[in-house]
Amino acid sequence: MGSNMAECHPVGFQWVMEAKARGARVIHVDPRFTRTSAMADTYVAIRAGSDIAFLGGIVNHILSGGREFREYVEAYTNAATLVDEQFVDTEGLDGLFSGWDPETRTYDVESWQYAGGPASPSAGSREEAAAGEAFGYGADAGEDGVSDPTLQHPRCVFQILKRHFARYTPEVVEEVCGVPADQFLAVAEALCDNSGRERTSAICYSVGWTQHTVGVQYIRTAAIIQLLLGNVGRPGGGIMALRGHASIQGSTDIPTLYNILPGYLPMPHAVRHPTLARYIETNTARAGLWGHAGAYMVSLLKAWWGDAAQPGNDFCYDRLPLITGDHSTYRTTLDMADGKVAGFFVVGENPAVGSANGKLHRLAMSKLDWLVVRDLVEIETASFWKDGPEIDSGELASAGIGTEVFFLPAAAHTEKDGTFTQTQRMLQWHQKAVEPQGDCRSELWFYWHLGRLIREKLAASADPRDRAVLDLTWDYPLTGEEPDPEAVLQEINGFGPNGLLSGSGELEDDGSTSCGCWIYSGCFARGINQTARRRPGSEQTWVAPEWGWAWPANRRILYNRASADPAGRPWSARKAYVWWDADAGRWTGHDVPDFPADMAPDYRPAPGASAERALSGTDPFILQGDGRGWLFVPTGLVDGPLPTHYEPHESPFTNPLYGQQANPVRQTFHRRRNRYNDDDGATYPFVMTTYRLTEHHTAGGMSRFQAHLAELQPEMFCEVSPALAALRGLVHGGWATITSARTAIEARVLVTERVKELRVQGRELHQVGLPYHWGWKGLSTGDAANDLFPLALDPNVHIQEVKAATCDIAPGRRPRP
Amino acid sequence: MTRMGFFTDTSICIGCKACEVACKEWNDVPDDGLDFLAMSYDNTGGLGADTWRHVAFIELPRGGSAVPSDAGQAGVRWLMSSDVCKHCTHAACLDVCPTGALFRTEFDTVVVQQDVCNGCGYCVPACPFGVIDKREPDGRVWKCTLCHDRLKADMTPACAQACPTESIQFGPLEDLRARAAGRLGALREAGVAEARLYGADEHDGVGGFGAFFLLLEEPGVYGLPPDPVVTTRDLPRMWRAAAGAALALGGAVAAACLPRR
Repeated sequence: MGSNMAECHPVGFQWVMEAKARGARVIHVDPRFTRTSAMADTYVAIRAGSDIAFLGGIVNHILSGGREFREYVEAYTNAATLVDEQFVDTEGLDGLFSGWDPETRTYDVESWQYAGGPASPSAGSREEAAAGEAFGYGADAGEDGVSDPTLQHPRCVFQILKRHFARYTPEVVEEVCGVPADQFLAVAEALCDNSGRERTSAICYSVGWTQHTVGVQYIRTAAIIQLLLGNVGRPGGGIMALRGHASIQGSTDIPTLYNILPGYLPMPHAVRHPTLARYIETNTARAGLWGHAGAYMVSLLKAWWGDAAQPGNDFCYDRLPLITGDHSTYRTTLDMADGKVAGFFVVGENPAVGSANGKLHRLAMSKLDWLVVRDLVEIETASFWKDGPEIDSGELASAGIGTEVFFLPAAAHTEKDGTFTQTQRMLQWHQKAVEPQGDCRSELWFYWHLGRLIREKLAASADPRDRAVLDLTWDYPLTGEEPDPEAVLQEINGFGPNGLLSGSGELEDDGSTSCGCWIYSGCFARGINQTARRRPGSEQTWVAPEWGWAWPANRRILYNRASADPAGRPWSARKAYVWWDADAGRWTGHDVPDFPADMAPDYRPAPGASAERALSGTDPFILQGDGRGWLFVPTGLVDGPLPTHYEPHESPFTNPLYGQQANPVRQTFHRRRNRYNDDDGATYPFVMTTYRLTEHHTAGGMSRFQAHLAELQPEMFCEVSPALAALRGLVHGGWATITSARTAIEARVLVTERVKELRVQGRELHQVGLPYHWGWKGLSTGDAANDLFPLALDPNVHIQEVKAATCDIAPGRRPRP
Repeated sequence: MTRMGFFTDTSICIGCKACEVACKEWNDVPDDGLDFLAMSYDNTGGLGADTWRHVAFIELPRGGSAVPSDAGQAGVRWLMSSDVCKHCTHAACLDVCPTGALFRTEFDTVVVQQDVCNGCGYCVPACPFGVIDKREPDGRVWKCTLCHDRLKADMTPACAQACPTESIQFGPLEDLRARAAGRLGALREAGVAEARLYGADEHDGVGGFGAFFLLLEEPGVYGLPPDPVVTTRDLPRMWRAAAGAALALGGAVAAACLPRR
C-alpha cells in the first residue's frame, strides 16, 4: 500500500516476483491499477487519502476476532501497559485526543503518558515531542510502570486500542475508502491467515503513505497491524519503507535533515540544550540503547573536532548549530519568499518543479541574494530566472531578479566512489566506472574544497565563532584533488585507542573514541571496507551476511530477538532465525542477534541497572525505553498516540467518523501564493494524486534530458477513467487542463480502465492521476504537476500532502499568457 | 556450435523497459522519436530500425483471469511483453538478401552486417513479423543482433542482463525450451489456462524461433501473427510454377508462330 513498487523500485521488485514464484501472495491496494497491480494476485482500488480507515479496519478485524498473535503481543508489545488516567481518546472527544489546546493548535502530551509516569527522560523528550522538532524514541515505562498482563484493565493499551478502532468496521471502510466490504474482508483475512507462528507477512510502503498531512500515522497504523500479528523482528515480516531513490536511507542516517545529527541524535535546541551535560541528560534513556546517548554524542564531536574537542570545552559542543523551531524545507521556502533568507544551496533536488506549489518556490528563489545549484544538467531550479513560467507570463522579469545563480556541474554516481544505503539499511560500496567529464566534480570534492577555501580565508580570524570551522578535522588523504572516500567511511566507522572500532558497543563518553555515526560503527571493522563485500548469494547462507554491510552491526533484520519466543526458542522451525543457545549461554542463529549476545531469556534487571541492562531478557525492542513494540505511542508524535482517520486537507468529503475533519495539528500556511481549495468539493470535485513512472526519475533531471528515457514517456499526461472522460468530455490522446486554487496545468489524456470511479459515502468519486516528472527544460517538456498542490504539511515531519488534494479537469489546453 | 537464444516469459514482465534502454545504450541505437502515442504506456510503438526490443502494453477487460486467486475489483488486466527479433530457424530476411549482408552466425542467430548491406530493402517485406526495418536517411536495415559482439565475448545480451525479473532469459535454445515447458506446466497447474508458448515449436511455419515467448493470451492480442510462415517457403514452388508457365507460354508462342498449314 502507498507504493507502486514494480514501477518505482523495479530492481527491488525482482524479489517480490521471486517470492511470488515460491508461492507468496501479493496484494496491492492503490488508487490506480499500476504495473504493480498487474503483477499482484489481488488488487484493491482505494480512495487516495483514506488508508488509515482501511488499515484501521484491519486492526479492528484482528482485535474483534481475536486474531492477534497473543503470546507475541503479551510479551513483546506495550499492550499490557496502563496509560495515564487523564488520557481521553478520540472516541470521547469527537476526533481529538486529550491535551488539545485550540489556541495554539497543539497537544499537551502529558496525558498520553504511561501510568506511573516516566522515571527519567529519554532521547526525544516529551517537551520536544510536543514542539515537533524531536525524533521520538525511547520513552520510558519507568521502573514503576504499571501493567496488566491479562490485558483486561480498561486503561491498558490493548483495551484502549480495542475501543479506539471499534468503529472501523467493514461498512465504515466501504463508506470511507470506496472499497466494498467483502473485498476488504478478503484482504484482512488473508493477512491474518498468513501470520502467526508458522507464517509472516510483510508490508511495503513508500511516499504514497508519507506525503499526507497525517502521513506518519499511516505508517503507525501499519506498525500496529504488524505488532498485533507478530510480524516484526521475524523473517518475512516487517514494514518495508521503500526509499525514493538510491541512498535516501543514507540521507537520514547521516542526515540532510535539520532536526537530527548522524545516527538520529537530536539536533541541539537553543533553549533546551544549553550545555553538553544538559543535552546528554535530556536525551539519555534509563533503559535501552539510548542509555548510551552520551557516548554516541561525545564520539561524534570527537570525529568532527578531533583534538580540539576536550572534556574541558564540552568537546566543542558549543560549536554545533542550534535549532529554535521548525527550520524544515517548506518553512525555509516561506521565509525565503518573505526575504528572510540570503543564500540557498540546492543539491540533488529540483524544487522549481519537484516541490509542492512550485510557483511559490520559484518566486521565493527570486528573492535570494545568491543560489548555488549543483546538478548533472542545468535543471529548472538553475534557470527559473531566465526561462521559467513566470518570465513567460511577465510576472517576473530577468532584469528584476537580484538572485546571483551559480550553476556547478556535478559528477554522477558512476563517476565517483562511495556508498549507497538502501531500504534494508544496507551500505553498498560502488566504484567509479568513468572519470567525470569537464568540470563535473564529486560532492566530496566540492564540499572538501569549499571547506578548504573557507578555512584559508578564516585562517587569521580571532573570532571565536570561526573556531567551529577552523578546528574541524579536515585532513583526509587526497588522490590528486579528490579526498579519499574510504577515509571518510573510516571516520564514520570510528576510532578508539586501538585503531578502527569494530562496533558501537566500544563507544565511550570520555573522549577516548571518535565515531561519525554510531549506527554505522563496524562498517570498517578490522580495517576492511565491509560495505564493499560482494560474495555471491550462492556461496553463503540465505541471509547473505557477506553482501555489503547493514547497520547496526551487520544485522539484516532489526529487533530479531522477537523471532524467538520469550523462552528463546524459535516460534516455529519454519521461521527460526535467532535463538538462545543455553549450553553456550549465547544468542545464536542465522543473523547477528539484535540483542545483548549473553543476555539470557530469564534475565531480569536489578534496580538501578541502566541502558540495555535495564531491559529484561524478553524485551526485543532495545531502542525503546521499555523494550517493547509500541501499539500506543506515549511520546514522540505531536498529533496523537493512536492513528485516527482524518480527511486530507483538501477533500470533497466530510469525515464520517468524527466531527474533526482533518488532522488538527497539520501545518497550513494561509497566504496569497498558497490558496487552498476551501469549497467542500463544489468547485473542485475530484481527487488528484501524484506519482512516478519507471521511465523517469523524480523531478526529471536525470531522465528528461536523456533521449533513451525521454522517448519512453515523452509528454506530461494525466490518467482518468472512461466515466470521468465522458463526464468532462475528455478525449483519449487529446489535451486536458487540470485546475486548483493554485494554478492550471495542461496534460495529454490517457483514458484507461485502470483508473476506476469509486463509490464513497454514497456517491461517485473520480480520481485524476498525475505523474510529476515534468518541467519546461530537457528533451521532454511539460507542465509540473506539483504546481497544482498547496503547502499543507504533516506536523511531525513537515512533508507535503501531494498524494491527495482536490481539483477540476476540463478538455483542451490551458490558457496561454 | 550450440544454438543460443532468448526465452521471454511475459508472465513475469513488469514493463520497466530496461531491455529497450539497455539495448539502445549498448548497440548505440538512436531514439525512435519523442512521440506521445496514447497506446497505454507504449510510446515507441513497435519494433523497427530504431527499436530492437519493444515492450507492448495491452489493457484488457478482465475475462479468463491470468491470476486465479484474484479478488480485485478492477475489471482490467494489463499485459506487458517484451518483443524482439525472432531469429527464425527459417529466416526469410536472410533468404532474400542479395548481398549476403544478412548471415547466420556461429550462435545460429541472424545478423545484419552493416558494412555489407546495400539498403535494397528486400528483407523488409520478407519478415513475417515486421521486425527488420530501414533507417532513414541511413538507408540500411537494422535489427536485433542478439548482441553478437557480447556473445563473442561470452557475455549475456544487454536486454537479458538488464531485465530485473528474468523475464528475458538467455541461453542455449535447448535449455530454454526445457525451462519454458516447465514454466508453462507450472502456470497451467496454477490455473492459468490461456498461457502458451509462442515460437517454441520447431515444426511451425518458420521452423521455430531462436527467440521465443511465453504468452498469456492469443498472439494476436500482442500484435503478433498467430501462425507465422516464412515468406520464402513457397518460393521454390512458385519458381517451379513460374518456370512451367514460362515453358508453357514459350510453347504457346512457338506454336502460334508455326506456319499455318
